[in-house]
Amino acid sequence: ASAELCGPARSADLLSHDEQQDAVVAVPAAKGPAFNPAGVRGPQLGDPLVEALLRLGDDRLILGHRLSEWCGHGPILEEDIALSNLALDLIGHATSLLALAGAVEGQGRDEDALAYFRDGTAFRNCLLVEQPNGDFAETIVRQFLFDVASVLTWDALRHSTDARVAAIAAKSLKEDTYHLRHSTEWVIRLGDGTEESHTRAQRALDRLWRFTGELLTPDAIDAAVVAHGLVIDHDAVAARWRTMVADVVQRATLTLPADGPMQRGGRVGRHTEHLGHLLATMQSVARAHPGARW
Amino acid sequence: MGEGAAAVWPLTHAQVMGVLETVKDPEIPVISVVELGIVRDVSVQPDGVQVTITPTYSGCPAMHEIEADVRAALVAAGAPSVSVAMVHAPAWTTDWIGPEAREKLRAYGIAPPTKAAPPGLITLTRARTPVPCPFCGSRETRLQSEFGSTACKAIHVCQSCRQPFDEFKPF
Repeated sequence: ASAELCGPARSADLLSHDEQQDAVVAVPAAKGPAFNPAGVRGPQLGDPLVEALLRLGDDRLILGHRLSEWCGHGPILEEDIALSNLALDLIGHATSLLALAGAVEGQGRDEDALAYFRDGTAFRNCLLVEQPNGDFAETIVRQFLFDVASVLTWDALRHSTDARVAAIAAKSLKEDTYHLRHSTEWVIRLGDGTEESHTRAQRALDRLWRFTGELLTPDAIDAAVVAHGLVIDHDAVAARWRTMVADVVQRATLTLPADGPMQRGGRVGRHTEHLGHLLATMQSVARAHPGARW
Repeated sequence: MGEGAAAVWPLTHAQVMGVLETVKDPEIPVISVVELGIVRDVSVQPDGVQVTITPTYSGCPAMHEIEADVRAALVAAGAPSVSVAMVHAPAWTTDWIGPEAREKLRAYGIAPPTKAAPPGLITLTRARTPVPCPFCGSRETRLQSEFGSTACKAIHVCQSCRQPFDEFKPF
């Protein structure tokens, strides 16, 4: 049923479930070059702290870019402005996170180098944020599912013993709290609105649900960065995410989708085809005019 | 921006603060960067001035302009070199905007921020107390959108005088 909801073009673009779930994260030893143990299928990942920061930063860069696509196309003027505001905040968070990732990496890459001069397989964002905007309901539902996870993540990371991460988390939490309230109120309004808005909101939820498994499921990178002070109680956060999402879905008179097979891969650089198209637009100016300033 | 005074070096800490009082928020030109609460530290050293500022919102495009304005104002006042550092912690809050600056905002047509919520308090929906209209003082106002012309503002409409107005969001 989910394949039908997703549409043939879309599901064919994705890697098969089996392939996605096979993705193995190989964590390198504390210092040293990236490596994969022999025989383990999976991409080469770098230093765990850099990887963790890229995941956080890329989520916000890609979602921020997606939202910026609404600029000038919002359904009403206020919403056009609101979505652009969210985009601006998220790109601001991405700037801080990618700058820090580049500094930790120590290869001389700044936030712009990381945003504009990496190819798709080097991006670590979750699959949810790269999904196309679709209709307004799909944009809002995507935003809501992400906002809940983001707020809970920052609420945990603001207590990080890494002062740089804690500072970004505390700041981002304040802004994301506004985002979450905005997307929550829209989900309720669309779900509990007209027959048309309800149908579209439910369709969006059903379409996007398969990407939520990747949001808060920890892997070896998450385990490795505990030593760096990036501590998230994933079980507790996942439980809170589920409670908050279920609460809003219920208030919106929508139905929480059943947990079917989840699509994964973004965290290790395996993306849906949509990321490539997004990057082609986002990176084109910087690559055509490297080093340009304006 | 030395207000006609000849550029002199060294500047005292108080003189540097005086210069910074003349640097306005480019989006809200009635309050200075000091009143906005984003100047976190000023250090006068033998060879120049170091100013530490904190961003209002993470993606606020005005921050680049503010940084350039701070630099230009201090150079004009005689500082041989100016470095502007950006810190994220503690995170900026509208609670750092003082009573005088709040009155300036109101007079400019922007409803000043109410007390910011403590960090970590996540409310999915909010019972909103109507924001008083900065033009007629009426509390018969309604929120139009929590996102406005800049990152820091929300849009309201006054039901009494029919005037739409900005609110400096509590943050």
